[in-house]
Amino acid sequence: MNERIEYLRDKSTFSEPYITHQRAELLTDFYMQSSETELSVPVSRAMAFKHVMENKKICVMRGELIVGERGKFPKSTPTYPEICLHELEDLQGLNDREKQYFIVDEETKKVYKEKIIPYWRGRTIRDRIMNELSEEWKNAYAAGVFTEFQEQRAPGHTVLGKKMFSNGFNDLKNEIDEAIQNLDYQYDPKALDKKEELKAMKIACDAIIAFAKRHITKIESRINEESDAAKIAEWEQMIENLKVIPAEAPQTFWQALQHYWFIHQGVITELNPWDSFNPGRLDQHLYPFYKRELEAGSLTKERAKELLMAFWIKFNNHPAPPKMGVTLKESSTYTDFSLINVGGVLEDGSDAVNELSYLILDVIEEMRLLQPSSMVQLSKKNPDRFIKRALKIIKTGFGQPSIFNTDAIIQELLRQGKDIIDARNGGASGCVEAGAFGMESYILTGYFNLPKVLEVTLNNGFDPRTEKMIGIQTGDLNSFKTFEEFMNAYEKQLKHFIDIKVNGNNIIERVYAKYMPAPFMSLVIDDCIKNGTDYNAGGARYNTSYIQGVGLGSITDEFTAIRYHVFDQRTFLFEELKNAIDRNFEGFENMRDVLINKTPKYGNDDDYADDQMRKVFEMYFNAVDGRPNTKGGYHRINLLPTTSHMYFGSVLGAMPDGRKAGIPLSEGISPVQGADRNGPTSVLKSAAKIDHIRTGGTLLNQKFTPDFMSTEEGIDKVARLIRSYFRLDGHHIQFNVLTADMLRKAQENPEEHKDLIVRVAGYSDYFVDLTEELQNEIIRRTEHEKV
Amino acid sequence: MRGVISNIQRFSIHDGPGIRLTVFFQGCPLDCWWCHNPENIPYGSIEDCDLKTVYTPEQLMTEIRKELVFIDESGGGVTFSGGEPFMQGKFLAQVLSLCKAEEIHTTVDTSGYVNEDLLNSMIQNIDLFLYDIKIVDADLHKKYTGIKNEVIINNLQRIVEGSKKVIIRFPLIPEITDTEQNIRDVIALMKSLQLKDINILPYHRIAEKKYDKYGCFNRMKGIKQHTQEEVEKYELCFKNAGLNAKIGG
Repeated sequence: MNERIEYLRDKSTFSEPYITHQRAELLTDFYMQSSETELSVPVSRAMAFKHVMENKKICVMRGELIVGERGKFPKSTPTYPEICLHELEDLQGLNDREKQYFIVDEETKKVYKEKIIPYWRGRTIRDRIMNELSEEWKNAYAAGVFTEFQEQRAPGHTVLGKKMFSNGFNDLKNEIDEAIQNLDYQYDPKALDKKEELKAMKIACDAIIAFAKRHITKIESRINEESDAAKIAEWEQMIENLKVIPAEAPQTFWQALQHYWFIHQGVITELNPWDSFNPGRLDQHLYPFYKRELEAGSLTKERAKELLMAFWIKFNNHPAPPKMGVTLKESSTYTDFSLINVGGVLEDGSDAVNELSYLILDVIEEMRLLQPSSMVQLSKKNPDRFIKRALKIIKTGFGQPSIFNTDAIIQELLRQGKDIIDARNGGASGCVEAGAFGMESYILTGYFNLPKVLEVTLNNGFDPRTEKMIGIQTGDLNSFKTFEEFMNAYEKQLKHFIDIKVNGNNIIERVYAKYMPAPFMSLVIDDCIKNGTDYNAGGARYNTSYIQGVGLGSITDEFTAIRYHVFDQRTFLFEELKNAIDRNFEGFENMRDVLINKTPKYGNDDDYADDQMRKVFEMYFNAVDGRPNTKGGYHRINLLPTTSHMYFGSVLGAMPDGRKAGIPLSEGISPVQGADRNGPTSVLKSAAKIDHIRTGGTLLNQKFTPDFMSTEEGIDKVARLIRSYFRLDGHHIQFNVLTADMLRKAQENPEEHKDLIVRVAGYSDYFVDLTEELQNEIIRRTEHEKV
Repeated sequence: MRGVISNIQRFSIHDGPGIRLTVFFQGCPLDCWWCHNPENIPYGSIEDCDLKTVYTPEQLMTEIRKELVFIDESGGGVTFSGGEPFMQGKFLAQVLSLCKAEEIHTTVDTSGYVNEDLLNSMIQNIDLFLYDIKIVDADLHKKYTGIKNEVIINNLQRIVEGSKKVIIRFPLIPEITDTEQNIRDVIALMKSLQLKDINILPYHRIAEKKYDKYGCFNRMKGIKQHTQEEVEKYELCFKNAGLNAKIGG
């Protein structure tokens, strides 16, 4: 990397996360000054957005090739009081906490105290949601049966498609005018509402164009301070770029990157949507520009690489907006999940890997940044050198890129009823979520604690921790004559909680649809303009709601222990087992030893254990899949944890697999930590018994020591291992390549290992930023020794 | 019929082509000073063994079949190692024929110390031999492994005559197999048989703890491992002789 990139990278890496009240204050000013009653909700949201974009500070730094910051400078992070309001003690907490902290200065506290808190208290989306949700929802939430994504952050969970690489916002304005023309006041009772939506979208176009133009003025002031002719020429070229995009479609590689970056800025400033935003299939979108310019001689490979590096740094400048409480626990990271896709297939189904795919892999390897996240899509049609190139980056121990099965993703999307072309243009985003890029809203609504439901079943509907009756009465343990009867009781309990969660989701969706439209997001996702409907109200072509199952390995081992020892081998009576877990196995060490060491476990390609996984999967799938949401779409399942398996473990007592109270659950679809004893092929075989195609994503973590991939032959064999898993329709696999000793050293001397990035679950994070428990759990994950 | 299996290793990537499943047979007729798996030397009767280590051919096939997707995808197979797999010859023969019936690539990792007829009875079902040549001098062989090597060298000739693929495995043991004379002898033997491939397996001391654990007498006490540079020098000797040498399996 050259001096410029190194400078910008250092600036990004060493900046401290900071809270800026700028956005919150501008938004509050707007609402205090305008009379909301005169404007429709979408139009006032759009005008508020425009007010922010026209007045927030413009940041242009020395040496920058891509401009645009959400805050005042790198890692300066705004708040979103219309979604959830930080009280003064919350701000202090953000400042004081050890991990994922944000510096909060006195001025911010003052503005919050005097203006922001008084205006927004009681008026936030979070307040509205909490007023509407039922007691039983709140009890289940407090017990840790599920989490709720939309209580602090807006729905988002989507990715840009190819449309915006051939359109500018003036084109969208024309599209909007046409849509307004086509409104049918005779037969469409919503026509007038749609007009308001479309008006709002048009205002959002003006907002982003204005924001971009303001950078020209700033750059001009930079030119005045500059004496170096080459630098002046570069600034001037940037001004020329900004005279084209984002109003018009990008013409060059550089403009395409800058164009996307303004869109990214629009999305993450309008609201704080989950998973930030994401250019998706970057190698595909940029390839036409790259090829054309390389042929014309107006771009070199080196320059393209430098521009991509500058682009990468911009993502790293933007930590996830501050999270609190359970939301922080389920996602304790600064990463905001912009998962850039490389590889996969073209619209016609053929191999999409191109020169730019490899160039982007070079950039990933050299930048070694926390953000953006990166992944390769691997289809059976992609060449082996592509996956091997990716493995050579993975083996350096940086946790990226992760590897996804394109062919499985396409099947998953098709099963959900999507068009084949839309499916091929899709990929995975966030952690592992399959989506039709540019046209789907695929909202994660919350994690679901599968083992917690077992604990409630074991206690006949009662939660021992919160000491409340949160479930239904499914029977006393003595009443179960067979294992099947007991599993049926679990299924009833599961359905009960899924009903509560789905009802809650439908309420929350309507709250967002009604009070928190996202006109800017609606511009860039098809078919919101055509439908005259907001992204948050079902305007996208596809609308999916996910509930993410957590602890599949744990629940499998828990059921297997019950089946094996209580019903099959009759090692203990059910009540003896229950008594031991109620006492956290204190005084029952021998029983615990039997449960841990002499019981079949998931992850060993042993059908006796894996059968319970299949049953729980079917129950979970049947309880969730196909249930309508309020946006014309359906609920689906996926299996990923982010960091919720830590939180879910902390709210759970001891369990029948020998796990003690408070210990983390298994993560993703991985086996319980240490339960897999037969090496990676058995883990993959067990994991492949999940019907991945009926999910919208699963997450499998494998850890390797670096020497495993130290030779070409080793890399080839790991590539074959991945291909085998994908032949079995596995959705995703990611590798942590390091030794437990390396991690222990890092834990002891965090100062010396600040740069150590590990794969946590669907994303990478700095090891030293993780909580101690999470660090320990990463150390515990089975390490596959060199054979 | 049942066999005693000390261990089954999956995702085995150093015992033949592709991703393999390696089956370690219990029992070995040799008593090499440097043995890495001393616990695998004694061959107990089936009655004495833990149930988990006793397999019928069909049970073993069930374990092998679990790995088929990896085997097929990588051009891998099964490797029978030990111990000395030929020591449980009838069981091995049965499993080999079952593998061949299912078109699974088979490798036998052997000391070569096997009765000629027994070898002949199953040679058609073995795709690759990983064949140990430790010491060429007969007396020294006897001293360090407990047996003479005449049978071993004769069997190797027979296997080569039968046009079977062979990779020589050469344990590089300080002060025992690493002598100039022995290296020269090994090269000469390979040349006379027109063999090309040799894997150099450097001695390492990881097994020392096992000797303590199983109460075996460790005759290698005090012997130092070769450094990586030294091992590479030996590798170069073989390469210079025109052989296709490689460190490790």
